[in-house]
Amino acid sequence: MKEWFSDRHLVFLVAMNVVVVLLATAVSGGLFIDIDNLQSMGGQVSELGILAIAVMLAMISGNGGIDLSVVALANLAGVVAGLVVPHFFSPDDAPVAFTLGFVGLSLLVGAAGGLINGLLIARGRMTPILATLGTQLLFTGLAVGLTNGSAVRIGYVEALSAIGNETLFNVPIPFLIFIAIVALVGFVLKRSPFGIRLFLMGTNPKAARYAGIPENRMLVFTYTFCGILAAIAGIIIASRTSSAKWDFGSSYLMIAILTVVMAGVKPEGGYGRALCLFFSATTLQVMSSAFNLVGISSFFRDMAWGALLLLSLASSRFDLRAFWPLIRSPG
Amino acid sequence: MNAVASALKGGSHMAGVPHRGFFARHPESFTLVLIVAVSVIVGSINPNFFELSTVFDILRSSTVTGLFALGVLIVLAAGGIDVSFTAIAVLCMYAITKAVLGYWPEAPFIVIIVSGAIIGTLLGACNGYMVHRLKAPSLIVTIGTQYLLRGFLLTFVGTLFFMVIPQSMDNFGRIALFNYRSATGATAILPASVLVLALAAAVTWFLLNRTLMGRAIYAMGGSLAIAERLGYNVRVVHVFAFGYVGLLAGIGGIVHASTIRLASPFDLVGTELDVIAAVILGGARITGGTGTVSGTLLGVILVTLINNVMILAGVPSTWQKVVIGAFILLAGAVFATRGKK
Repeated sequence: MKEWFSDRHLVFLVAMNVVVVLLATAVSGGLFIDIDNLQSMGGQVSELGILAIAVMLAMISGNGGIDLSVVALANLAGVVAGLVVPHFFSPDDAPVAFTLGFVGLSLLVGAAGGLINGLLIARGRMTPILATLGTQLLFTGLAVGLTNGSAVRIGYVEALSAIGNETLFNVPIPFLIFIAIVALVGFVLKRSPFGIRLFLMGTNPKAARYAGIPENRMLVFTYTFCGILAAIAGIIIASRTSSAKWDFGSSYLMIAILTVVMAGVKPEGGYGRALCLFFSATTLQVMSSAFNLVGISSFFRDMAWGALLLLSLASSRFDLRAFWPLIRSPG
Repeated sequence: MNAVASALKGGSHMAGVPHRGFFARHPESFTLVLIVAVSVIVGSINPNFFELSTVFDILRSSTVTGLFALGVLIVLAAGGIDVSFTAIAVLCMYAITKAVLGYWPEAPFIVIIVSGAIIGTLLGACNGYMVHRLKAPSLIVTIGTQYLLRGFLLTFVGTLFFMVIPQSMDNFGRIALFNYRSATGATAILPASVLVLALAAAVTWFLLNRTLMGRAIYAMGGSLAIAERLGYNVRVVHVFAFGYVGLLAGIGGIVHASTIRLASPFDLVGTELDVIAAVILGGARITGGTGTVSGTLLGVILVTLINNVMILAGVPSTWQKVVIGAFILLAGAVFATRGKK
């Protein structure tokens, strides 16, 4: 237990969650922790959370690492799968085959897009900002070009729509996917040799190079994995909305970056915790739902997110330890 | 391991391949080659392309992008990046238009553009101060301010379009610098707003090449730590660079509303990537320390050219983003943007 409390950032995020939930519950007279509302929040937080994990991994890898192409790639994966798969499997006659094909092709597109990013950064020696900026335009452009700018309707396919809309033991399936990914990434970062190498690479690339860490292979693998995560988010989006469109989630990239920065991931690389990211994502989700509840406009919410991003950057620079004795339990 | 070895030697050292070395040393020339290539291809498909009116069209549509790009050039040269300038521009444009229409409808144009410049500079300087003080990547800080400013605009200033702009702005947008009547009888007009871009380019050139601040900007973009040890006040340089992009954003916003005779709070934001793409295509490195005014202007012309002529060439406009994205990656590969640090 003591180890849990030693990360004050984690404590701060959990406390934020508790405070917002309590406030919203009090204001709404209990409606906020209604099972329906909890389920809808769990469904919404997943796609953003998964995109944020992708951005976090890119950031941890250091050297100005960031993946600006995740949202574009998520949409592209959905668009390509939505256009191609109906030619091979009929959604009405073979829903399971359709779903498997959809998921498989999306993941393939995601992996290919991520591989391009990784190769540009590792082999092409481009800065991650520039490379992913270029591929962001490229992926968005492809999605626009393939669809002529309109949405790809997928319609109701039983198995596919279950991914985004059904629940298992009252827990939405997207949320279960999100938790599984958080657990996997948390384990890989903390316990596996890959994670330790990634942290070293982010902290000090020169030392990592002299330690014999295969920098290029690590980068290619990391960005490919980011692409696969983006595709998973794309599948969830497609399944929840029964369609895919090139401009879905235009503010998702900003919210994903906000989630990552709020989770205490160092923008210069070398540090990040999956558990913190989980609670950072849920904090934003409960705040967003609370805003909805009180009827605050989406413009104001964007403004609040911007302010929150700057505040969380500031809080990691200025020492919060002055407040620390107040929170810490005695002993 | 060859890639690592050459990276250790320094990114601009593309030893062995001479023409690559030339382009790495003179990135503008690569942009110029691309412009000529695009023009020749489009011209051979559609001969109507080689008209003075096309030149006017491209100059007119590059004006506002060019103003933004010159500001972005300064920030990129200083080692930062700014994505909030479109939000600054649209905030200045809309808030000032609304205030002028409400309180002083006959305000002279000079007052309007100066107040745009002042508000833009202040907002930009706030960016610069935060980037310096928070020691955070400027991309993340300016993503924050972009949402903050645009959210503020749409929540507190207004969401309605102004179809009628103040008289003096309207008049400015209609001044023709040059009138040209083509053989077919169509007239092409070069608006006076191009002069604003020319003036801004001259000032930016002077700033980068003839002042100590220009030296400081390049030095800081090359290496923040070394610039600090050389005795440059990096806080002042940060505030100046981001203040300058804010200044040009404020002016650009007003010029934009004057040319299209419409003030919409939903305008401009979302185009920042095109502007950054133009500056990078003009040879400025995203890692800082390089970039020229002439290259930036060529980059702007290239991006505008691509946007404008794809229609002439019969390419559906939906593929524009693919082409610009591919050009960015191409430019990035040719200029070998990483390797130092």
